[in-house]
Amino acid sequence: MASAAALPPGVKPPPLEIDLGDQESLQRGARTFINYCLSCHSAAYMRYNRMGKDLGIDEELVKDNLLFAADKVGDLMKAVMPPEDAKVWFGTAPPDLTLVARFRGPEWLYLYMTGFHREGGRWDNIVFPDVAMPHVLYEWQGEQRAVFKTMEDGSKRFDRFELVRPGSMKKEEYDAAMRDLVNFFVYLGEPAKLVRYRIGVYVLIFLGVFLIFTYLLKREYWKQLH
Amino acid sequence: MQKLIAWIDARIPLIEVWDEHLAKYYAPKNFNFWYYFGSLAILVLVIQILTGIFLTMHYKPDSKLAFASVEYIMRDVPWGWLIRYMHATGASLFFVVIYLHMFRALLYGSHRPPRELLWLIGMVIYVALMAEAFTGYLLPWGNMSFWGAQVIVSLFDAVPWVGPPVAEWIRGDFVISDATLNRFFSFHVIAVPLALVGLVYLHIVALHKVGSNNPDGIEIKRHKDKNGVPLDGIPFHPYYSVKDMVAVALFMMVFAAIMFFAPEMGGWFLEHDNFVPANPLQTPPEIKPLWYFTPYYSILRANTVNFFYIPAKLWGVFFMGLSLAMFFFLPWLDRSPVKSIRYRGWMYKTALTIFAISFVILGYLGTRPPAGIYKALAQICTILYFAFFFLMPWYTKYDKTKPEPDRVT
Repeated sequence: MASAAALPPGVKPPPLEIDLGDQESLQRGARTFINYCLSCHSAAYMRYNRMGKDLGIDEELVKDNLLFAADKVGDLMKAVMPPEDAKVWFGTAPPDLTLVARFRGPEWLYLYMTGFHREGGRWDNIVFPDVAMPHVLYEWQGEQRAVFKTMEDGSKRFDRFELVRPGSMKKEEYDAAMRDLVNFFVYLGEPAKLVRYRIGVYVLIFLGVFLIFTYLLKREYWKQLH
Repeated sequence: MQKLIAWIDARIPLIEVWDEHLAKYYAPKNFNFWYYFGSLAILVLVIQILTGIFLTMHYKPDSKLAFASVEYIMRDVPWGWLIRYMHATGASLFFVVIYLHMFRALLYGSHRPPRELLWLIGMVIYVALMAEAFTGYLLPWGNMSFWGAQVIVSLFDAVPWVGPPVAEWIRGDFVISDATLNRFFSFHVIAVPLALVGLVYLHIVALHKVGSNNPDGIEIKRHKDKNGVPLDGIPFHPYYSVKDMVAVALFMMVFAAIMFFAPEMGGWFLEHDNFVPANPLQTPPEIKPLWYFTPYYSILRANTVNFFYIPAKLWGVFFMGLSLAMFFFLPWLDRSPVKSIRYRGWMYKTALTIFAISFVILGYLGTRPPAGIYKALAQICTILYFAFFFLMPWYTKYDKTKPEPDRVT
């Protein structure tokens, strides 16, 4: 497994804005995730109703629109496809995606989701060569091929993608959708991220005031010396 | 209230203990910044025990459930994420505090007579803390937990004859497995903490017997008034108890800033590769321990040649063990007539600076692949690390020292 930092030559980290305050973006990302990813991938450490509550989606709405793969809103988000079947079909069980953003990093994920290209009749990925996963969202993105530059030393360096067959979305639309999805993955990896910054500010303010009082107390006592 | 205290005091030595260790424990009046880290270490120990108690209520020491139970704590347990981050941040900051505490001793000669036993007990605490951190790191059962433990336990395999059976005995299996997880859990939550608390108690008893050292490295007990109170001493309580409170407040702010704004510390406190469950079939691209072990990890990997018919790996294990063991000999390696860096000459100052820099560089290199320039640099720093100890009897003896003052400054 490649770690977050290692990118193939020529692939630049994308300008990616992660904003967990953008609730609509998180909701759009959640919809994409549940409609497309959850058939094969699980997010088995996360519950539907927790996600609904965090993203401002009404429990009834979650029940009616998002529960394809489960019966109860309190269920964990498990894939529709049994892992044993997946192993037979893809050669490997699709990994659980709950923590994927913490493992791979959001930049890598974005590059991965926008980096599928078709070579010689099969899908490949620019940041994950020979990946077993096909391009699930090719209807949105269309089909692109990777153009490589040959360097002086004979090594190949990624240059750009060329659209071979357009999909139902324009490039900007697809990129925005993937940004929403990655945004959602960042939330999914650590739901506490929604609250911890705000709580942290209050805690630091409290401790700052506490620091002033401890300092005054110390000064008062130490005056008695000398 | 008075009556109650008298009633208790007739039955246990309440006032006597209070006086001996707080109200009438006389500490030198000239403590500086470096003298906060002892109290802070106790604070972190308490934080780790309290957060640990709550984590243990929800964690499952089972190779099939452990990883999910940590995520359950992070999501479903109310405030579980806070407790978990507190415990993880506390683990790293424990080592920050302990390293500064130990460096203080090297600065002001706190390991020198009559404090040798105090230093030795402290070193045993340090080793116990390493065991605590190592066993705790396996518990989240992430992939780095698994492979880190695999690498470190397999070090025993390098030792001829006894090594392999010992490694197997530690693991309870031929590989890191459910049996290992369960016994590491037992070590982490009861065996080692119990030892730690007892050792910390001994450390304080030993400290209060000989009295605290100070930045001048001279004994305040040499000058006492007619009541037997050191002239340069002040009661620990209230003076240092209120002074330490300021440090506690500042330390808590650093703690909170990390915990709320950067709990992973960019991969230094919580590693990215540990956010996937343990997988015996998939080695992480780079197996590395957390930052507080990386100086030793560098020393372990530094030697790459077989010599004296002993394979390089065994030498690595030997050097790593020796690098830790050297600290135990410090009180007897140092032959300087003065204790504090303030009155030592250029030789000790230079040696200590080089040692500290080597330790930090070794720590950084322990997180990088050992190849090319990194490997050479690690080898140089390993030599410098050992030179600090092995040459100490000479450079401390011939070093030109300044006269110590009679009273603290």
